[in-house]
Amino acid sequence: MIVRISGEGQFKLPDEDAERLNELDNRAVAAVEQGDETGFKELWSQMLEIVASDGNALSDDELVESDVILPPRDIAFHEAKDEFNGDGLIPD
Amino acid sequence: MPGLAGRMSTVVKAKISKMLDRAEDPGETLDYGYQKQVELLQNVKKGIADVVTSKKRLQMQTTKLEQQVVKLDTQARQALAQGREDLARTALERKTLAQTEMQGLDQQVKELEQQQEQLTANELRLRQKIEQFRTKKEVIKAQYSAAEAQVRISEAANGVGEEMADLGLAMQRAEDKTETMRARASAVEELEKAGAFDDVTALGSGQDDIDRQLSELTSGAQVDDELAKMKAELGSGGGDAPALEQGEEKA
Repeated sequence: MIVRISGEGQFKLPDEDAERLNELDNRAVAAVEQGDETGFKELWSQMLEIVASDGNALSDDELVESDVILPPRDIAFHEAKDEFNGDGLIPD
Repeated sequence: MPGLAGRMSTVVKAKISKMLDRAEDPGETLDYGYQKQVELLQNVKKGIADVVTSKKRLQMQTTKLEQQVVKLDTQARQALAQGREDLARTALERKTLAQTEMQGLDQQVKELEQQQEQLTANELRLRQKIEQFRTKKEVIKAQYSAAEAQVRISEAANGVGEEMADLGLAMQRAEDKTETMRARASAVEELEKAGAFDDVTALGSGQDDIDRQLSELTSGAQVDDELAKMKAELGSGGGDAPALEQGEEKA
């Protein structure tokens, strides 16, 4: 699967990672919901770690859409909250 | 994928399809892509220029604060050596505030530098992808039937569209950060104007208010600690501080 880290480009990951990422993602959402910043940061860095260890950067001649788009690496907790509330990181 | 990642993808995809829907023919999409890229490119240049300007301003302020920290530290030592603990405390309070501001500025300068690098890399990537799109489109047209080519070209256009949407997002974040930075620079300037980092020798009438605010702003514990440390240093007889003139020998 193809994962984009916003601002950093796309990475190719083995499909098995989808489940791990999905699980971390669900827990991250729960952490944001509970206002647990430390928990969120920890889960978020685990997600980034998966992309860093398993992912290969896509070359520039591959023009494909991502299956998953992750927020910018340095996402602040308040931004994560906005994102979760449905405002979206990218306002229209 | 639900949650954060899913939401993010949904928003980006909505943006891309909005962008690509304007042209039904992928050829037109490409033209639109170019036009959009030129716009983005101008924005990125302006964005980077803004980032650099804000960075310079912050760096200048940091240098000024650094000098003030050294000066205030020296003054605190001298004041203590002369038994003027009150004056030493004032100097240390000012030093603590200046240090806190300095650390904040340093952090922001670092963030700005990252932002600058990221924007430049993003922009380059988009440029290359659009170039690739141009080449690929011709290859696809030559290799596939018209209907198949249409599908494949659309897919490639979506890939480029995502890159564009992402650069747009990076730009927006850079602008937000630059805005925060400007606010911070102005806040430090205000403090400076109010005399919050002035020498203790510059203390005159009308400074009481600043001092009251300062002792509220700075951590009492940190100032106490530093004061105790300075006393210990002076008391142990080391250093080049002026001789103690009044009793203040208990560390």
